[in-house]
Amino acid sequence: MPLIKEGVLAEDNWQSLADEDNLVDGPIVVSLERWQEERESLLARNTPLGLRLRSDQSPALVVDDLERFSVVALEFPKFADGRAYSYARLLRDRYGFKGEVRAVGHVFRDQFLLMQRCGFDAFEVADPAAVEAWEQAVSEISVTYQPGADARRPALALRRSRPAVA
Amino acid sequence: MYRYDEFDHTLVSERVHQFRDQVERRLAGELTEDQFKPLRLMNGLYLQLHAYMLRVAVPYGTLSSTQMRKLAFVARRYDKGYGHFTTRQNIQFNWPKLEETPDILAELAEVEMHAIQTSGNCIRNTTSDQFAGAAADEIEDPRVYCEIIRQWSTLHPEFTFLPRKFKIAVTGADHDRAAVRVHDIGLQMCRNEAGEVGFEVIVGGGLGRTPVIGQTIREFLPKQHLLSYLEAILRVYNQLGRRDNLYKARIKILVRSEGIESFSRMVEEEWSHIKDSALQLPLDEIARIENYFAAPRYEHLDDNVREFEVKRFEDREFASWVRTNVTAHKQPGYAVATISLKPVGKPPGDASAWQMDAVADLAESYSFSEIRVTHEQNLVLAHVKKADLYALWLGLRDLELATPNAGLLSDMIACPGLDYCNLANARSIPVAQRISERFSDLERQHDIGALKIKISGCINACGHHHVGHIGLLGVDKKGEEFYQITLGGSADENTAIGKIVGPAFSYDDVVGAVEDIVDTYLEYRTDGEEFNDTYRRVGLAPFKEKLYAAH
Amino acid sequence: MTVQILTANRLGDGAVVYRSQAGEWTARLGESRVLATAEDAARILAEAETPAAALEVVGPYLMPVDNAAGEIRPVEMREFIRAKGPSNRTDLGYQAENNSPSLVG
Repeated sequence: MPLIKEGVLAEDNWQSLADEDNLVDGPIVVSLERWQEERESLLARNTPLGLRLRSDQSPALVVDDLERFSVVALEFPKFADGRAYSYARLLRDRYGFKGEVRAVGHVFRDQFLLMQRCGFDAFEVADPAAVEAWEQAVSEISVTYQPGADARRPALALRRSRPAVA
Repeated sequence: MYRYDEFDHTLVSERVHQFRDQVERRLAGELTEDQFKPLRLMNGLYLQLHAYMLRVAVPYGTLSSTQMRKLAFVARRYDKGYGHFTTRQNIQFNWPKLEETPDILAELAEVEMHAIQTSGNCIRNTTSDQFAGAAADEIEDPRVYCEIIRQWSTLHPEFTFLPRKFKIAVTGADHDRAAVRVHDIGLQMCRNEAGEVGFEVIVGGGLGRTPVIGQTIREFLPKQHLLSYLEAILRVYNQLGRRDNLYKARIKILVRSEGIESFSRMVEEEWSHIKDSALQLPLDEIARIENYFAAPRYEHLDDNVREFEVKRFEDREFASWVRTNVTAHKQPGYAVATISLKPVGKPPGDASAWQMDAVADLAESYSFSEIRVTHEQNLVLAHVKKADLYALWLGLRDLELATPNAGLLSDMIACPGLDYCNLANARSIPVAQRISERFSDLERQHDIGALKIKISGCINACGHHHVGHIGLLGVDKKGEEFYQITLGGSADENTAIGKIVGPAFSYDDVVGAVEDIVDTYLEYRTDGEEFNDTYRRVGLAPFKEKLYAAH
Repeated sequence: MTVQILTANRLGDGAVVYRSQAGEWTARLGESRVLATAEDAARILAEAETPAAALEVVGPYLMPVDNAAGEIRPVEMREFIRAKGPSNRTDLGYQAENNSPSLVG
């Protein structure tokens, strides 16, 4: 599946494992259940590890272990399930997670801007055309009214830094 | 009123371009209807029975004359010459074409209007007191905070896909005209012991399938923490609100199942982390927005206006209109005028393009070019000199907008119902029309006094039937329209959910049933009692008796 | 006898349309193709659910009609209103063009 990082098609070095899959060499992404059950053996592998959270699994469940993961993949089981937007905010703003926050599942271009503003920085898309649409999708609205997990400055800050009109 | 600066202008015009692109992708087949539907809904575009419907936001119900003229233009150019004002103080156009909606939005953007978040599972238009800025019992103008909330909630990246829609109302007055206790969040401005102004925060109210009266989650919230506290509530709700059942997805269900104490603890815990973040409102920002809502340049007048009193004495019809449609203003010599959109026998809340244009003219002549839309589907001119009331009334009378029925029986709320709406089970508008015709004698209505009838065509309760003194809910019984009647509801500071009186009435019988209820009330009421006073004193029994005894 | 026809809303303007005997979308209820068997109905519905059809219409579905008197009439109140227009505004919708069945009741 195409992966977008920093606005371009990126090579995906990670393998996302289902719970019944055998472990493979190289960086892997596992479910929360697998992490909880096989924690010691997963850590003993000494290869980069990623965690996949369903939309009913908050990153609050793994706060103490977050530094062990290079990637946290948040699932969108459908377009309308918006829980992961809050999870991404928590990962970035609250827990200071510096690794990759990846959007997986139902991920469309019309969500890119919202996702990026909440702290996602990697996007698995089903539709290759979405890669081309990236630039437009994240720039078509240039004004933000609220602080987010991204670098955009909200209108309030811009208004306040503007020189006073005489 | 608020005026856009370059940031607001840019955002709204970019949003129009974005939507134009989405429409083009749908028409070109790049988006399926399933993908497009949530995108169009987030811009207020529904597909109803006969056509698309575009709901345009009227933030907290305040419009300029210029904006009203633009709405008239849209009604004429892109629709069928009329619009429908809604219980969220917005306006709906019932016949726009999909291809033309981007053009409509571009027209609206020219006058600082949009359709952003008028639908979808996001934060909807924040509503307020239609008498804001004019009411004598007001602590502060609540629209300042509505505008602050409007900006914060617009395209909020985290809260665009909530479990369900989310409605916020703010009032600054003791008498609640904004129904804050039946909103997902209600904000009641208040003072703390030190005399500082802030908000009592009420959460988890709502109508719909499960009507619930909101509970106070915080007695006093200082102003500068408004947005961080709202964000904390929304963040808890976004994560924990139910997503498995459409009818259990509103925040009221979460608050109920958690209990207010537990829910409050979760919010406070979340809030403790973000309270002092960039969400904190600087006092100069509050002051900046307050400037937009500064009082208009009133003349210094005596409150006793002789020519007004003379006209009221001479002209009985005018006096009757003043009695119901004119409300006291905080500024001496001024008054608040309610323009009834409920002429006898007409659909509640509809206005034609020529009426909109003419109201814009009247607002320019008599009320600082500003118009309010009320959640009861009327319009208001908030700052009219008493000396001008007679001329205003004559102007309104020519427009068929001077019906002296504000707050009376025929001042009903009705949702569009089965005549327009895809979700409805039964018609609402013709029921309202028939009730209004049955009680067309305005003298009789004045004798009956204040009475709120609210009609919904389905359980989603867009017509607020739960909080009507008399509420009618349309249901489908084996293909026939029936109406379940509730009594004793109220949306004000004494919020109450109406009780079902008994088996539902058919489309043909429901008007007679309403008349029986009114007659019973008149029979039992004692001096000075309003409908709910009598109802609370005598209970359901006499009404049941009258309604069902013959059967 | 109660049989079915296929209806939808037109993509461009949202207008109510029916699948005609000629295999096109028509604004005239009377021109609808009457689907007497469940197999016919399922097949015609499936044809209307393809990506190509989605460029013309939105939300196709089958609705029961009564054609006993030789005239196709809706069975449900909702479909009468769709076929005619708002019952409180006879100047709007198809009823204004006088090509729809009368509303019973």
